[in-house]
Amino acid sequence: MNEGDSIPELKVTPDKYLPHRYAGASGDFNPIHLDPEFAKQVGLPGNILHGLYSMAQVARANTAAAGGDPRSLRRLKVQFRGMGVPEQEITVSGTVKEATGARVVVDTGAEQAGKRIIRNGEAELEPR
Amino acid sequence: MPVDDAAKGKTFPAHEYEVGREKIREFANAVGEDNPVYFDREAAKAAGFRDVPAPPMFAVVYCAGAIGPALLDPEVGINFMAMVHGGQEFVWGEPVCSGDTISTTAEVKDISEKGGMGFYVFESVSTNQAGEQVARGTWTNIVRGG
Repeated sequence: MNEGDSIPELKVTPDKYLPHRYAGASGDFNPIHLDPEFAKQVGLPGNILHGLYSMAQVARANTAAAGGDPRSLRRLKVQFRGMGVPEQEITVSGTVKEATGARVVVDTGAEQAGKRIIRNGEAELEPR
Repeated sequence: MPVDDAAKGKTFPAHEYEVGREKIREFANAVGEDNPVYFDREAAKAAGFRDVPAPPMFAVVYCAGAIGPALLDPEVGINFMAMVHGGQEFVWGEPVCSGDTISTTAEVKDISEKGGMGFYVFESVSTNQAGEQVARGTWTNIVRGG
């Protein structure tokens, strides 16, 4: 991984019930993620993805770029902006900003339907 | 509306979480992980882990019991109806494996106001049964209207 390299894009389309499975797996049952009617009542377009699910996709893409070993992801920082929704493809991308010795820093983020849902992401990797 | 920052520096008691293989499998499936090390003990051992490791973002699972009470603390006083998760950072240390007991403490790192919004920043520190740090999390929540 050299400065300026793009990491392989990760594309994933969370299905309609993914937020339910992620709620069970993570323990976050906030109804804005599960109940379209509730979500609309609080001004959202419908139930939205958990931000931390989307962050997990960014984690996956960057870990894969470093060879797939979970120990290679040392740090990940993101900002959540916009809202991810089920049943639309998410694309995670990234560009190597710094590569010194064993340490690689990637500018990374995720978008869905042309809008950023994770921005200003920074991953620190130690490929192994 | 000025935000009340009296809870800045407040710490919360450690929360213990016992990591199990099936919970790792459930989480790995939910986020779409497909590396066999998360599902198969032999693959994990062949890769040098004690047992199946948790995916890095499993940190949200073992931190929840420490961060939840901090977010809900009446002294912190977050208005949930106006709150969004603004940002997140994890720094990972030793890998977390099935069979580990992870202890997590939480602290209110900062409460501030910018552009009419309240910024509530929490830090979690998680260690394993050997006292080794496995993750440090920075959780930023934004409250519209303070």
